[in-house]
Amino acid sequence: MTGPKTLYEKIWDAHTVESRDDGTSLIWIDRHLVHEVTSPQAFEGLRAAGRKVRRPDLTLAVPDHNLPTTARRDAAGHRIAIKDPQSAQQLAALEVNAPEFGIRLIGDADREQGIVHVVGPEQGFSLPGATIVCGDSHTACHGGLGALAFGIGTSEVEHVLATQTLQLKRSKTMEVRVEGELGAGVTAKDLVLHICGTLGASGGTGYVIEYTGSAIRNLSVEGRLTVSNMAIEHGARAGLIAPDEKTFAYVQGRPYAPKGADWDKAVAWWKSLATDPGATYDKVVVIDAADIAPTVTWGTSPEDTVAIGGVVPAPESFADPSKQEAARKSLAYMGLTPGQKMTEVEVQNVFIGSCTNSRIEDMRAAAAIVKGRRKADNVRWAIVVPGSGLVKEQAEAEGLDKIFIEAGLEWREPGCSACLAMNPDKVPSGERCASTSNRNFVGRQGPGARTHLVSPAMAAAAAVTGHLTDAREFLA
Amino acid sequence: MKPINHVAGTAIPFGAKNVDTDVIIPAHWLKTITREGLGKGAFEAIRAEEGNIFDTERNKGAPILIAGDNFGCGSSREHAAWALLDMGITCVIAPSFSDIFSGNAFKNGILTVVLPQEAVDRLLAVAVDQPIDVDLESQTVTTPFQDRFSFEIDPFRKHCLLGGLDEVGLTLSRDAAIKQHEAKIAADLPFLATASAA
Repeated sequence: MTGPKTLYEKIWDAHTVESRDDGTSLIWIDRHLVHEVTSPQAFEGLRAAGRKVRRPDLTLAVPDHNLPTTARRDAAGHRIAIKDPQSAQQLAALEVNAPEFGIRLIGDADREQGIVHVVGPEQGFSLPGATIVCGDSHTACHGGLGALAFGIGTSEVEHVLATQTLQLKRSKTMEVRVEGELGAGVTAKDLVLHICGTLGASGGTGYVIEYTGSAIRNLSVEGRLTVSNMAIEHGARAGLIAPDEKTFAYVQGRPYAPKGADWDKAVAWWKSLATDPGATYDKVVVIDAADIAPTVTWGTSPEDTVAIGGVVPAPESFADPSKQEAARKSLAYMGLTPGQKMTEVEVQNVFIGSCTNSRIEDMRAAAAIVKGRRKADNVRWAIVVPGSGLVKEQAEAEGLDKIFIEAGLEWREPGCSACLAMNPDKVPSGERCASTSNRNFVGRQGPGARTHLVSPAMAAAAAVTGHLTDAREFLA
Repeated sequence: MKPINHVAGTAIPFGAKNVDTDVIIPAHWLKTITREGLGKGAFEAIRAEEGNIFDTERNKGAPILIAGDNFGCGSSREHAAWALLDMGITCVIAPSFSDIFSGNAFKNGILTVVLPQEAVDRLLAVAVDQPIDVDLESQTVTTPFQDRFSFEIDPFRKHCLLGGLDEVGLTLSRDAAIKQHEAKIAADLPFLATASAA
C-alpha cells in the first residue's frame, strides 16, 4: 500500500514478515510479556515438542495475578509461603520455566515487580511503534504509548515463544475522536468508561481503535495508558494513541529505553508513525469531551455506564430485547432498582489498583481526595494497591501511603489484587465494591461480588462517603 | 490438535449475549498448569442452578453450542476453549465472537461458526428437540427441516482445522523468511531489535 496510511497500518507493514493470499500475515513481535497464569501450558508445549524460545532477550516474565498483596518476605528475608497451593504451584512454575528457557524474570520480591502492564512501560520495555503481546487481554494498555499491543491466548504465547511471530489477519480500523476539553475533575477513566457506554461491549470487535482528538492529546501518558487499557472492554483487538513529545519524554531514560544514537533514530521513526493526512478509517466515532461526566457502571458489562448524577436505568429503556433481558439479570445480580440514584448506592468495599489505574498519577488522584478525611464506617475494606514496586516507592517518597493509612485505607504490595478473584483479595458475595479496575463481570471480584467501575478519585470519594459519590464535590 | 470436519448431534440452545470468558470459566479455575480437566468448571455459576441448560440428560456432552452475540468476550484466557473442549463441545455457533476467543478456539480445534442473528434464532428454536449438522468442508449448517445456512471461514483456518495442523510447526517452516525480517529490523530499527536494560 503506497497511499496515506493510518498509524496501525504503518506499524503493521513494518512488522510483516510475509503475507499470504488469504489475507493472513506472519507478524514479527518485538516484545513479549509473560506472567504466571497463561504461560505454564505454553512452556509445557515447548518442552513436549523439544522447542526453544527463539528470542528470550525480547521476552520479560513477571508474576502478578496470583501474588498476595501482603508482605512477601518476613523480617529475616525468608519467603512467606503462599497459602493457596494452586497459586503457589503456578508461581513456582514461572520461576522454573523462565530460567530454564533463558528469560529474564522480575521476581515476586524484586523492587521492579508489578502488574505486567505497569512494568512494561515503566521499564521502557514497551516502546512506541513496537508490536507487544502478552497472554492477557489488557495488553491493549501499551497502545497508550503508540505500540500495537494486544492480548493472546496460551497457544499463541507458545507460538511467539517458539517463533517470535504470530499468524494474524489485519484488523479493520476505527477512529474514536474525542474533541474538546474534559471538565474539571473528569479523568481518563471517565473518558474510557464513557466510550465503553457509547460503543457497547462488542462495538470494537474486529477493529483496532485509534483514539484521537484534542481530549486524547491533552491526556498525560499515564491517562492514555488507562484509556487504551480498556480498548478490549469495547471489544477492540487493540487501542492506539499516536506517540508525541509527551510519549518521548515519558520513555526517555527508562532502563530498557533506547540510548544515544539509537534514541535519535527511534524518535525520528516514532514521529513518522502518525496517521497521514488523508488516510481513512473503516469507521469513525466522534465524541464531544464536554458530554463526559464522572462515570460509573450499574450492571455487569463495561458497557453499562451512567454519569454519576444519573439513575439506574429501567431494562425497558433499551431498544434491543436481548439487552433488556441482560439488564434485568444484571440488576438482579447487582441488587439495584431502576430509578435509584447512583449517588445513593452504598459500597462496603473500595479497590484502588489494577493495570487500568495503579500508576503514580492514580495514587496521587486518590490521595488528594482522602487527605485529611476518614473512611466511612460502612466501608468495611478499602485497599490501595500500587501497580509496581517502583510506583510504591515513589508514592511512599511523596508520603501518599501515610495519607491513605491515616484515612483508614490499607496500603499494599503490588499485584493484580482484587481486579480478579485469583489471589486472597476478594469482595464477599452480595457486597459492593467501588473499583478502579476494568471489568464488572459477574463474579469477577469474587463469587456474588457486585462491582462498580470508577476512576481513582471516584473510588476515593466513595471510601470517604460510603456511597458512590461525585468526586468533584471534593475539588473545592 | 484433532482434525475436524463434520460435527453433528445435539446442540445446546444457549443463546445468551455477551457471554464473557469469566462466565465460561471463572478465574479460580485458571490456577492449573495443564490443559485438561476444566470441563468441570465450565459455566460454573450457571450450572450451580438446578435444571440448568448444560446438565440436562439431553444436553450433557453435546458437541455443539449455540450462543448469542459477542460470545467469549473479556479475558484472553485460553482456558475457556479448553473448558468447552473438555465438556465435549467442538463447535460453537453465534452471530459474533470476540476476536481472542475465536483465535483460541481455532487453535484448539474448535470450529466457530458465524451466522446472522436470524439464522441463529432459527437454530436456537430447532435445537430444542432436534439435532444440528455442521459441515466444515461445504461450510454449511443444516437441520432435519431442510434449513441450510452457509457460513464463511478463513481459508487458512479451514485448512488447519481440516488437517489438525500444528501452527507452530507451520510457522517454523518459514524460518528463512523470519530470519530475513529479523535482519531487516536489526538494520532499520535497531532500537526495537534488542531489549536490554544495560
